[in-house]
Amino acid sequence: MISLHVNGKKRKVDAAPDTPLLWVLRDNLGITSVKYTCGIAECGVCTVLIDDEAVRSCSIPVADVRKGKIITIEGLPENHPVKIAWIEKQVPQCGYCQSGIMLQTIDFLSRRPNPSAKQVDEALDNVLCRCGSHPRIKKAVQLAAELSRK
Amino acid sequence: MKTDMTRRDFLKKSSLVVAVTAISGELQLFNASPVIAGTDTSFKPHAFVEIATDDTVTVWVGQSNLGQGSQTGIAMIVAEELDADWPKIQVKMAPAAEPFKNPFWHAQVTGGSTSIRHRWDLIRKAGAAARQMLIAAAAKEWGIDAEKCNTDKGRVINPDGRSLGYGKLVPKAQEHPVPENPPFKNAKDYRIIGSSRDRLDIPAKVAGTAVYGIDMQLPDMVIAVVARPPYYGVSPESYDRKAAMAVKGVVDVMELENRVAVCATTTYAALQGRKKLNIKWTKSPYPQLNDETLDEAFTAHLVKAGVAAESVGDAAGALAKASVRIEASYKFPYISHAQLEPINCTAQVEKDRCRVWVPTQGQTAAQDAAAKITGLPPDKIEVMTTYVGGGFGLRVETDPVVDAVSLAKILQRPVKVMWTREDDFANDYFRPGSVSKIQGGLDESGKVVAWSHKVASPSIMTRSMPEFVENNIDPSSLHGIPDMPYKLQNRLMEYVMMDLPIPVGFWRSVGYAINVFAIETFMDELAYKAKKDPVQFRLDLMEKDSRPYSALSLLAEKTGWEGSAPADRSRGVAVGTCFGSSAAHMAEVSVDRKTGKVKVHKLVCTIDCGPAVYPDAITAQVEGAAIMALSVAFHEKVHFSKGGVKTANFDEYPILTMSGVPEIEVYIAKSHHEIGGVGEPGLPTVAPAVANAVFRATGVRLRELPFNTGLLKKG
Repeated sequence: MISLHVNGKKRKVDAAPDTPLLWVLRDNLGITSVKYTCGIAECGVCTVLIDDEAVRSCSIPVADVRKGKIITIEGLPENHPVKIAWIEKQVPQCGYCQSGIMLQTIDFLSRRPNPSAKQVDEALDNVLCRCGSHPRIKKAVQLAAELSRK
Repeated sequence: MKTDMTRRDFLKKSSLVVAVTAISGELQLFNASPVIAGTDTSFKPHAFVEIATDDTVTVWVGQSNLGQGSQTGIAMIVAEELDADWPKIQVKMAPAAEPFKNPFWHAQVTGGSTSIRHRWDLIRKAGAAARQMLIAAAAKEWGIDAEKCNTDKGRVINPDGRSLGYGKLVPKAQEHPVPENPPFKNAKDYRIIGSSRDRLDIPAKVAGTAVYGIDMQLPDMVIAVVARPPYYGVSPESYDRKAAMAVKGVVDVMELENRVAVCATTTYAALQGRKKLNIKWTKSPYPQLNDETLDEAFTAHLVKAGVAAESVGDAAGALAKASVRIEASYKFPYISHAQLEPINCTAQVEKDRCRVWVPTQGQTAAQDAAAKITGLPPDKIEVMTTYVGGGFGLRVETDPVVDAVSLAKILQRPVKVMWTREDDFANDYFRPGSVSKIQGGLDESGKVVAWSHKVASPSIMTRSMPEFVENNIDPSSLHGIPDMPYKLQNRLMEYVMMDLPIPVGFWRSVGYAINVFAIETFMDELAYKAKKDPVQFRLDLMEKDSRPYSALSLLAEKTGWEGSAPADRSRGVAVGTCFGSSAAHMAEVSVDRKTGKVKVHKLVCTIDCGPAVYPDAITAQVEGAAIMALSVAFHEKVHFSKGGVKTANFDEYPILTMSGVPEIEVYIAKSHHEIGGVGEPGLPTVAPAVANAVFRATGVRLRELPFNTGLLKKG
């Protein structure tokens, strides 16, 4: 059994230690907001926060998470600035990529609370969205930054 | 929005239900309120609108939610005609059923940008009919004429100031017949259609609670990954079943036709099991199929004699007499849908029913596929459409349904089939490659007098919709040519159908994005040769009252056209018609002549889609289409080798990311035209607008996708 700390709760899972965290969260713990897309850390869709840092859960074996505190979007309060901004700017289309992008945004804003447009582009240049919600993501990141600073 | 439902649980005992029947072929509304219909168990109504006594209005939608916003748009139309109180509206995904079939295509399918335009009258009628029934109930209660009553925000209003809420009126309203031809609202009275609304599915997507197909979990379910043929036309010769079974969690290994499925209690175990199969495949029947031989095949087919798909006037004669003649050839690669949610399907087969949960764009096809495997009649196949993580046309295909139902039938337990990203690239029904050649002629005054257009391409419809293919002509390969915006007197359209082992399918805007690129860059060449302004040159060839005229003139107005370009940037335009709407784009670019790198700074898009039901969703679709089109223009090409797909994952198939996304402005034309599509029409004119801007900047014509920017290097 492996012990994990997910969204503020301690969880025990029966999984092979080399299992990517992604599959443990989805299959063992039923946390399906964490999505699978590429499996090679290329797209960012499976991103979670571990100790406040954005990590691609498809490429970290569950055993390596150790005592790290895992956060997925279910673990964020409803009034989290990023959630508010994503609704306010009507960001998602199909929505499949958004949980990963929202979590990477939280990590980014914690380091750059007042980003320029160029910094947003650079920080989110390694995530994929196929529907083309990018213009709205850019606006939502700025709004989330503004709300967080308040 | 609940995705798991059957018709058994949706009709509340006391509610006003306006449903639709397709029994006589023509879709008709009828009263399906339980008080009227409830006792007859053979009666299977499919609600369109259900009004409960607590004032809740439920709108049932048969078209999939791919994030286009059409489910919210449909609810807005119903709410408008019903005069409903918007906060009381909810949308539910309907199951696969006869009444939800597209009235023109006789199949339940989300494609061709039809979700709203093909049902505009029917949806309005459902709302208007329910409103009339509620008014009739109130008028009776008050003992006054129905004509005297008005409605507002979910209430019927008496001229004396009293009012009754819809919920309270339901018990009486459900006893009234459905009026056959309820009058529609006048567009000038709209307060919901055309207004700003929050999309109803966004909160669940932001909270992480939206259930996509891949998220399905059922008691006792196993997860299956399938080793599919790595090359076209091969099948397993031998494999190591034992090794796969030895992986902890693997419960079964099964051969299906030309592939091997590994079923396990977890995804990871299934993936590990598949790795252990060590399959030896039969020899590829097409070992020579690769990028180079494909190139040669396309080039060779373009010089073959084609079928004249359309001939107006005398293109050859007019071309011979033209004072200026130009000719250009175009080349388009195979591209992938690359939708982010991998292909998947969950199925459960019982003795007398089969249940399928699938992120699909083709409910009828899914139902038929499951019926064929189980031997059950289609009405015993319950297809539940989940949230869909991108589709773009691919999800009309049924491969995952076939595998999930086949395995669930054998295993007698629920099975979720999941493709990996590598499976997705290897088994995509790609947008077909295409080559084309256009010859055009101008007279002395610079007027276009001849247009001869030849296309060589594999056919999508020969496999998927053969009834549309006549005389070896696939109309989808020629999209955009017979319906180009310009009135030309002498034109010829020829087609050479190619037959290659690579499966091809519908991809957002289908043939339009291919042919409109050729047409619009060629039109730019003609305008340049004629020494005319490219916007005016185009407008002069159009009918003044036409949709493309409206889109292009709005674009010129909003951009100030060329005069307003910053000194270091160049502008290009393109216009086109696609699935019932017209769009135009202006691209503003600069080119680094040292590296050939093109920077797209800004795109301005206009669309004339007739009545703009849900402007913010239209804007989002046009933005998204522009980004997808830029991605295709600069990056996308699937590679082949040894008779199969070489491209395996996103590291080999880059798509446009944040830093490549320009500033995008979208303008929706005020239109008197009939309702058109929205999801696709914003795509085809993006790449030609960019190519035309690049020509303005460099004098170089880009005639191949993805753009070969190496051509733009100077010195």
